[in-house]
Amino acid sequence: MLNENQALIELFQQFRKFAIIGVSQTWQRPSNFVGKYLLNHGYTVYPVNPHYQSVLGQVCFSSLSAIPYPVEIAVCFRRPESLKALIPELLKKEVKVLWLQLGVINEQVKDEAESKGIQVIMDRCVKIEHARLFGGLNFMGVNTKVITSKRSRIVFN
Amino acid sequence: MKKKIEANREFGFETRCLHSGQIPDAATGSRAVPIYQTSSYVFDDAEHAASLFNLQTFGNVYARISNPTTSVFEERVASIENGRAAVALSSGMAAITVTLTAICEMGDHIVASKALYGGTHTLLTVNLKKFGISTTLVDPDSIESFREAIQSNTKAIFIETIGNPAINIIDIQKVAGVAREAGVPLIVDNTFPTPFLCQPLNWGADIVVHSATKFIGGHGTTLGGVVVESGSFPWDNGKFSGMTEPSPGYHDIKFFETFGDFALSMKIRMEQLRVLGPSLSPFNSFLLLQGLETLPIRMERHCKNALQIAHFLESHPRVKWVSYPGLPLSKYHKLAKRYLPMGAGGILSFGIEGGVEAGKRFIENLTFSSHLANVGDSKTLVIHPASTTHRQMNYEQQIASGVLPELVRISVGLETLDDIIWDIDQSIAKSTESSK
Repeated sequence: MLNENQALIELFQQFRKFAIIGVSQTWQRPSNFVGKYLLNHGYTVYPVNPHYQSVLGQVCFSSLSAIPYPVEIAVCFRRPESLKALIPELLKKEVKVLWLQLGVINEQVKDEAESKGIQVIMDRCVKIEHARLFGGLNFMGVNTKVITSKRSRIVFN
Repeated sequence: MKKKIEANREFGFETRCLHSGQIPDAATGSRAVPIYQTSSYVFDDAEHAASLFNLQTFGNVYARISNPTTSVFEERVASIENGRAAVALSSGMAAITVTLTAICEMGDHIVASKALYGGTHTLLTVNLKKFGISTTLVDPDSIESFREAIQSNTKAIFIETIGNPAINIIDIQKVAGVAREAGVPLIVDNTFPTPFLCQPLNWGADIVVHSATKFIGGHGTTLGGVVVESGSFPWDNGKFSGMTEPSPGYHDIKFFETFGDFALSMKIRMEQLRVLGPSLSPFNSFLLLQGLETLPIRMERHCKNALQIAHFLESHPRVKWVSYPGLPLSKYHKLAKRYLPMGAGGILSFGIEGGVEAGKRFIENLTFSSHLANVGDSKTLVIHPASTTHRQMNYEQQIASGVLPELVRISVGLETLDDIIWDIDQSIAKSTESSK
């Protein structure tokens, strides 16, 4: 049986293709941070925002459905009340995980997506959780709650 | 297809004292935490460097801001205080200074208990006052006095779990209630009890600060400090623009929006530590980690010895009074049972017959108990605060802080209990001879 930490580790190892819905072009915004972080860590990132042609050097798409490639994890920076309309798109794209960022909370959408077989992670940050489990966040004095005697298999930084 | 997922195990205090914060490193597998004695860290390329500087990737840039040995210490303290994140500093005073200056700006106000360590008292009433941050000192035994001192520009309440040197205990939960009503964080200096005896964040405090020099290090070898945040304070309540607006001190980042529940730690690290510079050395971090490994068993013995010595002093004919919250007759005993159920700490104070002069003679007549300005060593330490740690206060301020002229403070060590009692007893005998 997996615990929460191991399940998240597997998620980050199994899925490599992220769409970032509501991404900003401004580098100081959290959505831009997340995109940059995922690119730095070797993940495929598809920015989604109808206002931009490109973000972080990647082609930016007007919607999730407009992405002509498979998407495994949809990271969402949009207002919680706008999420309901997203569910048909998630199903159409066969997205495996809906990741709702810090403060993006909508229990109804979570229940509905889960009932349709989509894994939902809510009110957490992709970058913080990845760095908590794979290293990096520990350099910032954050209580990662990781307790292990196993040697790290990746070189941090 | 759907995997069953169980909650992560909640590890015990002792396990966390030994393991939190360290993943054996990829390069060597070293079981002990390595001492990364370096000032800086190489970048992979220009892009990687930029991304680290922008905080888009978490990592090490320069040891004034972070260091892999120090970050193990930080995470371990965050873990045992049940906090979200911690930042280590070069001393306890540095920890208090960066915390208050990260939260307060010119024109702001702090409410603090009167019963404080002398250095903290001076920081509040002299140094911060110079920068236009004012403080109202209040009676630690009166919750009303905290409430009445709150002003529209108040930005924090500051207390010590166990006051130094009066050994008073504050009703943390009630003060936390006042702080919550006022929409300001409660900062608790938890140096004397350590998280083994009391975890203020569990009682509603928002921030904990420590002089790690004391029981955390535990061997009188190492200066250090640490600040821990709970992660649950609502910095977006309209009072803390420094947390919610773009930071002129770091690339216009909005700390609360970007880092959420560890925003204060990131602000202290990137604005205070980076610019003011009071970093903890990696070697000191290593020594403090060694101390943490045995914190639980040392604290148990410190408490056991202190209680026995308090009983001894209480029944000694030449001792006028003893202040130790573990004693049933102490006015703080009820609070001690609530907040310090495993022991009332290793520090007590008392007064012997003969006033100031007898107090000074007592300190000089001890054999192995050491006269010095520290607490929390494995060795027994004594001091006369009125003439040392609190001497920058005037007489009235001393009395208000609980520093009576005859008060002697003992930090009870881990020597053989009978030997400590013997040393105290023989010194009292010599010191009170003339006053008989």
